[in-house]
Amino acid sequence: MSALRIEDLCVEVFGKRVLNGVDLDIPKGETHVLFGPNGSGKTSLIMAVLGFSNYRIVSGRILLNDTDITDLPINERVKLGLGVAFQNPPAIRGVKLGDVVHSFVGKGAEANQLTETMKLPQEFLERDLNLGFSGGELKRSEILQVLAQKPYFIMLDEPDSGVDVENLELIGKVVNKFLKGRSGLLITHLGYVLRYVDTQRAHVMIDGIIACSGKPVKILGQILSEGYKWCEKCPVVKKKRCVQRRSQQP
Amino acid sequence: MPSSKEKALRAKEKPAALGPDLNLKSFSRGSNPWATCPVSSLPEDVVQQSLKVGIRSDEKERAGTYFQIDHSAVFQGVQKMFKGKVEVMSTRDALEKYDWLRDYWWGLVAVDTDKYTALAELKWDQGYFLRVLENQKVTLPVQSCLFTSRDNLNQNVHNIIIAEPGSEVQMITGCVVHPNVQRGLHVGISEFYIKREAKLTFTMIHNWAQNFDVRPRTAALLEDDAVFVNNYVCLKPVKSLQMYPAAYCKGVNSKARFNSIVYGTGNSYIDIGSKVVLQAEGSRGEVIARAIASDNAQIYARGLLVGEQKDTKAHLECRGLLLSDNAFVHAVPELNGKVVGTDLSHEAAVGKIAEDQVQYLMARGFSEAEAEALIVRGFMDVSIFGLPETLRDEIKKMIDATTERAL
Repeated sequence: MSALRIEDLCVEVFGKRVLNGVDLDIPKGETHVLFGPNGSGKTSLIMAVLGFSNYRIVSGRILLNDTDITDLPINERVKLGLGVAFQNPPAIRGVKLGDVVHSFVGKGAEANQLTETMKLPQEFLERDLNLGFSGGELKRSEILQVLAQKPYFIMLDEPDSGVDVENLELIGKVVNKFLKGRSGLLITHLGYVLRYVDTQRAHVMIDGIIACSGKPVKILGQILSEGYKWCEKCPVVKKKRCVQRRSQQP
Repeated sequence: MPSSKEKALRAKEKPAALGPDLNLKSFSRGSNPWATCPVSSLPEDVVQQSLKVGIRSDEKERAGTYFQIDHSAVFQGVQKMFKGKVEVMSTRDALEKYDWLRDYWWGLVAVDTDKYTALAELKWDQGYFLRVLENQKVTLPVQSCLFTSRDNLNQNVHNIIIAEPGSEVQMITGCVVHPNVQRGLHVGISEFYIKREAKLTFTMIHNWAQNFDVRPRTAALLEDDAVFVNNYVCLKPVKSLQMYPAAYCKGVNSKARFNSIVYGTGNSYIDIGSKVVLQAEGSRGEVIARAIASDNAQIYARGLLVGEQKDTKAHLECRGLLLSDNAFVHAVPELNGKVVGTDLSHEAAVGKIAEDQVQYLMARGFSEAEAEALIVRGFMDVSIFGLPETLRDEIKKMIDATTERAL
């Protein structure tokens, strides 16, 4: 049974195609990694799964735990167990980190304990959301919110970008523990966080499609040794590009 | 030299520099006098209304109280433990008691500024006098309520605050009308003297009616090392409100700060500004304004920083949030540097609620309406006021209640 299934998903942002027929199936209890060069559509996929309004779904379906969520409002998807740690969350003046955390777990011991787990001082809950947070604080605050929410399926968008070694280890270990018995999708550009997080399968996104899938270690090894140029040579990518070009001709 | 009265007579037709011009003859001057009584014995409807602007009839957590209804001072007093530290009374009583008070009267606000200052001189209806004695720290806030109980009434108060050297006090002033009052005119002259090393935190909360006009005229004078914090909250509709309070940092190292949170609803016309004049070395100023405009509200958010001495610094920050296409927020930040060595800056931003912020909060499980309410409430975050916890919580509750009703 699938935790998240995406079928032939095509998405536009302001009229520009960003996803060109994505198929992805993440079985229950598994965490998959999504690799891909900058601008290949990784974050767009997460935003589309969440239902952000700028990410217009042209065709395809998104199923969470076998429920079709393609047309649901964002918060309804979240109620069904979808959780996310954003890469670049917006700063919101006057809304406190605690407003979010307390909405999930109340003001009691659990909130304090989770804050401690993320090595953030208790006063941090009184800070304006994402306003003036350092790179490491941003990532830890995002994970803290996810821990408080306890989602069924977790999407993590580059939790390892822009963080130092200590933060990377903390985030990696906490996320790995949290994922036990849950399912997730982890986006990483350079794969640092995979040192700590167990994943079952990896996918590479090129030009808004899943170009190939396989064992995380093997795929990461290829990317690290040859870069994404390795994917450019891939017959799957070449064929898809050809089809796209043809379909875009008048 | 012409007397105040002569100057006022000459200015009685003079329109104000800003805001719609009002026909003063259209308001009534007739009011039945109210007998003096303890605040706890005031009618329940008066008590309930004044609670909305932070005035506590039980006087708990308050060092002293001044309560004026229409043209009558109904209560004035200081709690036992603050006797000999702070004085609270009507300005009429204070002028009788202290001859020297004449030196302060119209000392900061010019009586011939416009027809409203002239009106306050020619038809004067009391107001509060607050004086904190030298080196006294008043640990609880002093409260004053200026209440209008009759429809179409004109109320003109003249207030004086004197913080003697080394003293410290917080004042909370609530201006409010009875629920039956639809229209009227409130003119308030306020002159604050903050002497050497004294600190005044002044918090004013307004609660008017849709057809009510309001013209406060306020100025503060700061001596060496004095600190003045002026907080202003207006969350209810008003026909027109125009004010431009000024702080003159005349003493070295004096600091003035203006914070305001304004929520314009209905057809409100609100034109408020804050002015800080840095007249001595080491003086500092800060203006923080938050304006929310919904329905058909028109808000002008002004600010003026003037640097007249070297080693002075001030910053102005204005943020406007638009909740309706029929409303507007017009930010007018002005900087006037007159000498080398003054450092003045401003930032202003006006816009609607950012979609990415709403959707981020929805991704945390809040509905769209809840997310917007959180953002609006956050926009009016009272922690900018730097108030003591209890007072901050009281004001926060008022703001939360307003936001809940509005959204």
